Amino acid sequence: MFRRPDALWIYAIIFVAFLYGPVLLLPVFALNDSNFATFPLAGFTLRNFQSMAANTSMIMALQNSLKIAIGVALLSTALAMPASLALTRFRLPGGGPIHGFMMLPLVMPSIVIAVALLVIILKILGIQLSLWTVAAGHVLICLPFCMSVLMSRLEGFDPNLEEASRDLGCTAWQTFWRLTFPLAAPGVVSSLLMAFIISFDEFVIAFFLTGTENTLPVYLFSQLRFPNRLPGVMALGTLILVGSTVLVLVAELIRKRGAPSANPGDI
Amino acid sequence: MVALPGIDRAEKVRDRDQIRRWLRGYGLLSPAFLVMVAMLALPIAALVLLSFWTQSGYELDRTLTSANYGTLVELKEEPTIWFGIPFYFAYPVPAILMLKSIVMSLMATTAVIALAYPMAYFLAFRVHRHKALWIILITIPFWTSYLLRVFSWKVVLGFNGAINSGLKALGIIDEPLEFLLYNPGAVVLTLAHSWVAFAILPIYVSLEKIDRSLLEAASDLGDSRWKRFVRITLPLSAPGTVAAALLVFIPTVGDYVTPTLVGGPGGTMIGNLIQDLFLKRNDAPLGAAVAVAMILLIGVLVALFLWAIGYARIRARRT
Repeated sequence: MFRRPDALWIYAIIFVAFLYGPVLLLPVFALNDSNFATFPLAGFTLRNFQSMAANTSMIMALQNSLKIAIGVALLSTALAMPASLALTRFRLPGGGPIHGFMMLPLVMPSIVIAVALLVIILKILGIQLSLWTVAAGHVLICLPFCMSVLMSRLEGFDPNLEEASRDLGCTAWQTFWRLTFPLAAPGVVSSLLMAFIISFDEFVIAFFLTGTENTLPVYLFSQLRFPNRLPGVMALGTLILVGSTVLVLVAELIRKRGAPSANPGDI
Repeated sequence: MVALPGIDRAEKVRDRDQIRRWLRGYGLLSPAFLVMVAMLALPIAALVLLSFWTQSGYELDRTLTSANYGTLVELKEEPTIWFGIPFYFAYPVPAILMLKSIVMSLMATTAVIALAYPMAYFLAFRVHRHKALWIILITIPFWTSYLLRVFSWKVVLGFNGAINSGLKALGIIDEPLEFLLYNPGAVVLTLAHSWVAFAILPIYVSLEKIDRSLLEAASDLGDSRWKRFVRITLPLSAPGTVAAALLVFIPTVGDYVTPTLVGGPGGTMIGNLIQDLFLKRNDAPLGAAVAVAMILLIGVLVALFLWAIGYARIRARRT
């Protein structure tokens, strides 16, 4: 089909530039040989990246974030999978309101979730804040995302396949592992990656619920107060951006590639 | 009507099967549901409970009292003037910040919808090849660190930032422009930028669902493109647009990161006050009352908005 560049196309290009422009300045200035984020650029350097290897508090924070994100990804996907099956396959009475309730963290301001968890953890239960409490908060905000991804995947293939499997003598457990899970696998991978990224990048809840140990975003935030650490912050920011972008791309491509096919039978 | 005994039994068996199915469904649902109850419903309940307690020094006084809410609405004779608006509160900070947050969030939401709608329209009607790639391109920024996206605006707008140093290098200005960063305008701009990717998808989905033959029919019956847009496309995409607006408005009222990083003293919002009361001033009960009041106010505003635009009618029209 013939496409003529019109106002809408020009708008789309400007829009994408606006969307990416500010963020793309981080790698530019991180590679710039200057202590200030200013134009004109002074020259190319990898110094800011090399110095990160020696930064033990940053590496500790990175390890903490990785541990939390991996745990959160596994746990929230494991919780979301049966719940998504229940909401897509069973036509439960009250399913609608339950689904709505489970999507609530999507629209709650995260500061409300953070202080509410802080209150129950500190004032009611009297538990010490730690990386565990951060992970708990992250599971809560990841669940709606995991469920959305998994539910749209499960809605995409024919439930008759599962009935056929039951009719042919498979138990519910066998049907799940031999049929449903393989068919839903792209959704599961995508759900794991999404939860990983959300947890890895999340700041507000981690800021409120962490004890003495930092996660990477909390560490990053603490560095923002010091102007002389700006280049290091931008180098770290660049790596985080590259990492998350790669993961999102993988997650989205797997999800799109595994999009419901016209013939749900061919696995 | 006389039921045959055989049919009656079959129905009973079917009912029993149905109930067994439901129980299995609830069983599958229960782990996630219990987690949500334990970590969302109970904490919110605890927050509400705390807002009826008081802080006396380092001790928490657990007698129920509405003193915190009293502090929020206690009146006095002499008003505090803020932008020409008199606030007759003895402790006017929460009310002023609440109003300010709502206004800033409304401005950001309006900007988001104005920016996102044409983009969603473009995706739905103009992109024919590589649609999935375009959508991924638009959604990637939403998934990457919120903190870094906000921080990048500090780099753009700062006193020694990209715009100032760039304009200086080009010889357009001699002194850095100080009005760029640390004000409510910077917060609104940054909020709009951070959330715009999130708003495109719901609008896009509702545009994509529109039956193309309706548009053809309108054209055949003599509507101009503009008239066709106003009479068909816009109303049919209203549910997605309203959803997008709410998905942006509700979380941004309580945003904490953006005002902290780019707001400066003049750009603080209600989220900063909540953080301050909880973590610095050690008055968690008052902080809880502010948070609860904020949720209630947002809820009322959203309900009023949906009622005003007749959302139930708009949704019903879709089918």
